[in-house]
Amino acid sequence: MSHQLRSTGVIALLTLREAARRKVVLALAALTVLLLGLAGWGFWRLGAELTSGEARVAASQVLNLVLFGLSLIAALGTAFLTGPTVAGETESGAALAVLARPVRRSAYLLGKWLGLAVFGGVYVVVAASALCLVVLWAVGYWPPDPVAGLLLLAGQTVVLLTLALLLSTAVSPMASGVVAVGLFGATWISGVVGGVGVALGNEGVARVGEVSRVVLPTDGLWRGAMHAFQDPSALTAMGAGAEAFPFLSTSSPTPLYLLWSAVWVAMVLWVATTAFARKDL
Amino acid sequence: MAPGEHHAADASPATSPAAWCSHLRKRFRRHQAVHDVSLQVGRGEVVGLLGPNGAGKTTVIKMLLGLVRPDEGEVLLLGRPVDDPAARAGVGYLPELFRYQPWLTAAEVVALHARLSGASVPAAEQRERLALVGLGQRGDDRVGGFSKGMQQRLGLAVALVARPAFVVLDEPTSALDPVGRADVRDVVLGLREQGTAVLLNSHLIGEVERVCDRVVILDGGRVAAAGTLAELLGQRRLRLELTGVNAAAEQRLAATGPVEREGATWTVVLPVDDDGALVPALVRDLAALGVAVHAVEPVRVSLEERLLGILRHDGQPETHHQVVSR
Repeated sequence: MSHQLRSTGVIALLTLREAARRKVVLALAALTVLLLGLAGWGFWRLGAELTSGEARVAASQVLNLVLFGLSLIAALGTAFLTGPTVAGETESGAALAVLARPVRRSAYLLGKWLGLAVFGGVYVVVAASALCLVVLWAVGYWPPDPVAGLLLLAGQTVVLLTLALLLSTAVSPMASGVVAVGLFGATWISGVVGGVGVALGNEGVARVGEVSRVVLPTDGLWRGAMHAFQDPSALTAMGAGAEAFPFLSTSSPTPLYLLWSAVWVAMVLWVATTAFARKDL
Repeated sequence: MAPGEHHAADASPATSPAAWCSHLRKRFRRHQAVHDVSLQVGRGEVVGLLGPNGAGKTTVIKMLLGLVRPDEGEVLLLGRPVDDPAARAGVGYLPELFRYQPWLTAAEVVALHARLSGASVPAAEQRERLALVGLGQRGDDRVGGFSKGMQQRLGLAVALVARPAFVVLDEPTSALDPVGRADVRDVVLGLREQGTAVLLNSHLIGEVERVCDRVVILDGGRVAAAGTLAELLGQRRLRLELTGVNAAAEQRLAATGPVEREGATWTVVLPVDDDGALVPALVRDLAALGVAVHAVEPVRVSLEERLLGILRHDGQPETHHQVVSR
């Protein structure tokens, strides 16, 4: 194994250790338990009040709603972790000693990315699986394609943290987190606006969602995840207006879109490493 | 890249200088931090980098380590171009801005740097490095709880952990108490004994004078002067308090070197090749000629006086230091 590859691994493990030691894991776990507790209570009431058919439809939508909360926690968590770990280290001088070692800057940055991606991905998968189990217990609903849904959620987190990584090579730690989360929110809103456009048959408005989904693939992957978690009957129950509802998705992402998302991540990562390699520390 | 100046580049990595740079220039936005700096640190040589604030010392150090990209110029580190990461494998660096991961323990920071250096350093040797800088008992404590001085000591251990051939210390004593400063001096002297090259940037001129073989003085982003201490400090002088000086005695004094007289005080400039026998012989001869010798005092210009002289008379070339200007 080459020294650069080994260094990438060392930095990735260091990033994971940072997340654990800085109590990020603890904070995320506490937030998640709180969210799961509230969701469990809500789903339990839902199961008690509605007939089983109604409950399935409602559970689909509420599951997606709670998952959105989870993905928001993951997005905020990783975006605000990325800033301090990259921009913060270069700003404070901690990166000076590390990068004076025989370590390529790209190896360092890829290590950071890998550590954050594993952290964000594992968090989303564990928390979303736990949520699915809570829903199964409360209303007896199990999503049609949980594995695809979990992977798409993890993909969404990776896309956002890659963007935050790029931003952190250029701007201050605080700004990188704020901008990344802001763009994430803007893309989600554009997606909702686009959905309304589709429901109304207005092509111009629908294009807003399409374009934003290409520019930043978080929303496209999120919609794919929702589609994998929701009960197909929820769509038929909603009828023609389903596209306009923000917590239902009418389609899963095409293989081309998944490929584009992977290319997007690789491209942004390449730009980030190139920018970082040219930076004066 | 300046052609015809590749004598260092042609040498094999094992015999080439520890660090060599030629005509470095660097501009930060509107500020030209480094105008034209060429310098060299030989293998096993201890070189001091001196100069006022803003002279470009830290920028030059960062360019030597590949942390800042020069606009112009060339850098070779241990015989390799600095953009090759392998060039840094034999380098230890204590930055001016020393910060280590506060969530790690001191021992973990040292282990991390040992791993990143690519050298296999046994745990016992890592602990030895911590003990060397006075952190032997604090290895398992988190860096976040360390004082500035302790963090700087840790930085020194980090710089030394991978058995470097070249150590760069940028203001290594800025946060240290007098005991710490003495410890750093001992560490640098130890490195010199082992044949490790050191580039030492320090404001403490006395320390540079004590440990360095050679000094490079930067001012306004340029090399204002460079040379060995003997070259920079110039000739030694001898001050004598004499009465009863006759013509023969005056001749004897003049035979030693240029003489100045102020009442009973005579100052003689000693030749550079003095092997130490000159002064006793002079005193013996003066006594034999009937001169009453009241006091004999060697006078040596301190590096501090020399430095101030060079910086205040910037641009006036003097005989024994090279002045680079465009």
